[in-house]
Amino acid sequence: MNSVLALIALATIGTAVTALAGRNLLHSVLLFAVSWAGIAAFFLWSGAEFAAFAQALVYIGAISMAVLFAILLTRHSRDDFAPEPALAGRAFAAVLTGTAVAGVLIWAVASSPLAAAPSPVPAVTVRSLGWQLMGPPAAALLATGVLLTVALIGAVVIAAGERPSKPGDPP
Amino acid sequence: MSQAATTNASFLERAPVLLRDWLTGSLPGPARWLANALIAIVAILAVFGLLFAFLTLAERKILGRVQNRPGPNRTGWFGLLQPFADGIKMLTKEDIVPRSADPFLHFLAPVALLGFSILTFAVIPYGRYLAPVELNAAVLYFFAAGSGAELAVFMAGWASHNKYSLLAAMRALAQLISYELPLLLSFVPVALATGTLSTTGIVAAQAGWRWNLIPHWFVFTPWGAAAFAIFMVSALAESNRSPFDLPEAESELIAGHLTEYSGFKYALFFMAEYFGICALSGMAVTLFLGGWQAPLPALSFIPSYVWFAAKLLALLLGFIWIRATLPRLRIDQLTRLAWKFLVPLALVNLGTAAFWSLTLGWAGPLQLVRWALALGLVAVPALLLGRGLSAGIGPRTYRYA
Amino acid sequence: MSPLQLCLAFSSVLFAVGLAGALARSNAILVLLGIELMLNAANLNFIAFWRYGPATSPSTGVIFVLFSIAVAAAEAAVGLALIIAIYRHQRSIRLPEAARLKG
Repeated sequence: MNSVLALIALATIGTAVTALAGRNLLHSVLLFAVSWAGIAAFFLWSGAEFAAFAQALVYIGAISMAVLFAILLTRHSRDDFAPEPALAGRAFAAVLTGTAVAGVLIWAVASSPLAAAPSPVPAVTVRSLGWQLMGPPAAALLATGVLLTVALIGAVVIAAGERPSKPGDPP
Repeated sequence: MSQAATTNASFLERAPVLLRDWLTGSLPGPARWLANALIAIVAILAVFGLLFAFLTLAERKILGRVQNRPGPNRTGWFGLLQPFADGIKMLTKEDIVPRSADPFLHFLAPVALLGFSILTFAVIPYGRYLAPVELNAAVLYFFAAGSGAELAVFMAGWASHNKYSLLAAMRALAQLISYELPLLLSFVPVALATGTLSTTGIVAAQAGWRWNLIPHWFVFTPWGAAAFAIFMVSALAESNRSPFDLPEAESELIAGHLTEYSGFKYALFFMAEYFGICALSGMAVTLFLGGWQAPLPALSFIPSYVWFAAKLLALLLGFIWIRATLPRLRIDQLTRLAWKFLVPLALVNLGTAAFWSLTLGWAGPLQLVRWALALGLVAVPALLLGRGLSAGIGPRTYRYA
Repeated sequence: MSPLQLCLAFSSVLFAVGLAGALARSNAILVLLGIELMLNAANLNFIAFWRYGPATSPSTGVIFVLFSIAVAAAEAAVGLALIIAIYRHQRSIRLPEAARLKG
């Protein structure tokens, strides 16, 4: 079991690091898609099937598309993907911060008295999930629906922009 | 594939599982599970690979006959060896990769597309005991695996380093994303009616016959018929199939995102497209046409996988017929159809399905009222939306060049 | 370390990677993707506790994750629209240039 977890963790973290440190923006996005697939694999390994397939559908099937469209709409020329050369000082400071945060979190995790006994996989079927969503979280569900609709309309409005006032204006 | 050794179904019904158990019975536990899975994979690939080959031939013959010509009939009897001749041709063609293309992505795109298409075959129940994987959220898995194909289409278009390929890939992506929504929405009433996302559960919920004559398939309910229609139109568009085949139309951007592909990779793209058609048809059979169940109780002696194959072939022939008949849609007509017609209809259909399941207790003459109301809820919005969106018939004007 | 602690360590490292990426890069899209990675790491935490933690109601963790995924999708959409709007204004998506927006 632990070897599977190690493999998933290695794949996810490895592709994420490569993606964030890379030069080519499109390769970064595709590597991120692999990273999200790794997270979906973790969900599957833990027994949360519905969450795994939802993660795959939303992140790999939708968010990656949106990011790719945004990349292609925000470039000057054909090969203008290479992001700026990273400022060495800033990158070093960021990596230092990340390492510090990781160190603090892992120390907190390792030193807290969490239950060590293995527990059985919680039995959750899609049906029970549906019934429970209609219970106490129903208000949150409706609010999320409204949020998604508003986000959709807002994104369309922001991205579409105004029409040019003179023919010479950029769109 | 589930255990079937101790039931009293007919021998033909249990034959595939008995064969598999005979092959792997002597292996220990985990190796046996792995061997079972490998046998399932090999069986699916073999069956659907052959189906793909003969489907290309059937399509060319049927298209030919519709267009009053015989189709391929030179290679072998009635052209039956044509698919193999095409395969040999594709394999021996030179594989051209543009010099400025991204070599890794150029190679990965057809492989990824084919991989995602094959992944979707895992949850379709091909027979009573022939569901390869039984998942609790099987249909969600199907749609998640299918949506990964969009990423591969983009990879193909971008890695070719050809601005026409990229443009065509973005159009193909717009089409795929637009039709993902009616596809998913048309499935939701089925989940509402059966309370499960498991494909075996959905097939089991359509068991039985009313008055020993009409099966309980969802396509025979008003909301089911509408959902089936929306699902089939969206499946046509999701698999880039005529009349939605703008992404690969030869008269448009040459071959769209496939322009820079030659030889075997081109064949892989088409294999992925046909596998997508087969998988979506298989899912349509499972969701709406009762899966592997027989239409009449008297015909139940025919094994379940034969019924599944018959229904699948009927849907595939319907796809070919539509390709032979209808002209291609423009990209703006495509997207308008998806967003302004199919999505509102699918949402209204959800309401109709809710009404149907809430009025389950109505009996006697109220049944007629229920049917009338449901049919009205399905037909009236379709007619109104269709009328409202169509440009109408105007006076014919003649313009001379 | 128990399985729970291993999973939490995994998600902590992923969170730190996302944080470092969001701080280091000046391309707006990569910063957005770093933030998405942090949200994913939080989802990992939820599922780890759902699987190994003390048993509460059986599906609370999964419901949390579903809401988190939905909110992340909405945030990504709006963020990308903002990036497109900024590009229209300054013809590049480097964040240091966008600091001019503060006047």
